[in-house]
Amino acid sequence: MSPLAQLLEAALFSACRPLTAEELATLDSDASPADVRVALEQLREHYDFNQHGVELVEMAGGYQILTRPIHAAAIERAQFTVRAPKLTAATLETLSVIAYRQPVGRLEIEEIRGVSAGGVLRSLQERGLIEVVGRSEALGRPLLYGTTALFLELLGLRDLADLPKAEELTIALQPHPATTDGSDDAAAYVEAES
Amino acid sequence: MTAIEPITAPEVAAPVLATGSGFVVELEAFSGPLDLLLHLLREEQLEIADIPIARIADQFLQAVHELGLNQAADYLDMASRLVRLKVQMLLPRNAEEDGWEDPRAELVRRLLEYQQIREVAVWLGRAAERRAEQFARGYLPPAPALPPPPLTLNLLDLLSAIDRVIASIPSPVLHRVVARPLDVESATRRIEHLLADLEEIRWQDALGSGATIVDVLSTLLALLELAKRGSLRLLQPTPFSPMVIARESPRTAA
Repeated sequence: MSPLAQLLEAALFSACRPLTAEELATLDSDASPADVRVALEQLREHYDFNQHGVELVEMAGGYQILTRPIHAAAIERAQFTVRAPKLTAATLETLSVIAYRQPVGRLEIEEIRGVSAGGVLRSLQERGLIEVVGRSEALGRPLLYGTTALFLELLGLRDLADLPKAEELTIALQPHPATTDGSDDAAAYVEAES
Repeated sequence: MTAIEPITAPEVAAPVLATGSGFVVELEAFSGPLDLLLHLLREEQLEIADIPIARIADQFLQAVHELGLNQAADYLDMASRLVRLKVQMLLPRNAEEDGWEDPRAELVRRLLEYQQIREVAVWLGRAAERRAEQFARGYLPPAPALPPPPLTLNLLDLLSAIDRVIASIPSPVLHRVVARPLDVESATRRIEHLLADLEEIRWQDALGSGATIVDVLSTLLALLELAKRGSLRLLQPTPFSPMVIARESPRTAA
């Protein structure tokens, strides 16, 4: 590994959140953004090629060293750390609406889900998964919500573009939805024909 | 593909729904009225695009009937919509009429939209589960100290605790203080008396025989006081030699 890759490894090891390429570039004033990307790639290959127990994961616009999923069960059994609790159906549905419709107000969320959303919105905001991103021009200027970097971190997404595209979803909003090619993840749990 | 897809969020238990004699609905199993509606349609293997409103509305009302009223506000809202749709569908209409719009269109749109959100929600749930399999190095703050448990005791416990506290107090060390006033006056008189006869005396003479510590102190103070007044002189011819107490010369001369 190059000295820069070693430096990046040390920085990523010391941090407990994803670090962006820009943040990492501040470690070495001589390093260009391109150098940092090359070094990150080197570090990723180093972990993969030597079959390390950790890997370099790109998410929430940054990079973080994470343990490999294969070791999760053993680590949890030994109670060295705990898995994040599962999200409830209401939480996931609300996050889905916000992720795709942001900036979106409470009324629209409730209209789509068919249930009142005040409590869920509050708890999502407290957990830092969503934030107020502005106010609508509509009557009463209601608050508009959007997802945060922590939301991406929680789901291990690089950015919002990682979310399935509308055309990748099985159920599209067209009256005659096109059949899917079945290659995407979403198709795996939907029975093709009843 | 407009048939109802069986979408099951992983954390949602299969709803207990006994068809036939009526519904037994576990409210927690549904995340809302749209979810319940989709479930009913799925059970009956019905198509969203062509919902038999009358049947579904009845089934929905039956299901809502099983729910607690305080939890059912969102469900009642949907129920009222369904009933209205049912009525609208019953209204006679001219098949050739061009202006007729299917009153179910809005509901169909909502159901499709909701289904899409459900699909995304499942996708998000899986992403979160995959992410949870990977641990980051991170600082876990220590668990906050629990507040002390509420105090519960009876009178007996309290009294025995008081006894223990009292027993642990060390018994005070008492000193008897006896007043032994210094008698500087008589020491002064004794020295003056001695010096009246003798030119000079020794410390031992001034002290007298059988002197206690109080006498020593009294004599010392008397000597110092007399020396200050100029009634006598304290001399020590050589270092560490016995002190000589001499009558003040000027007075002798006088």
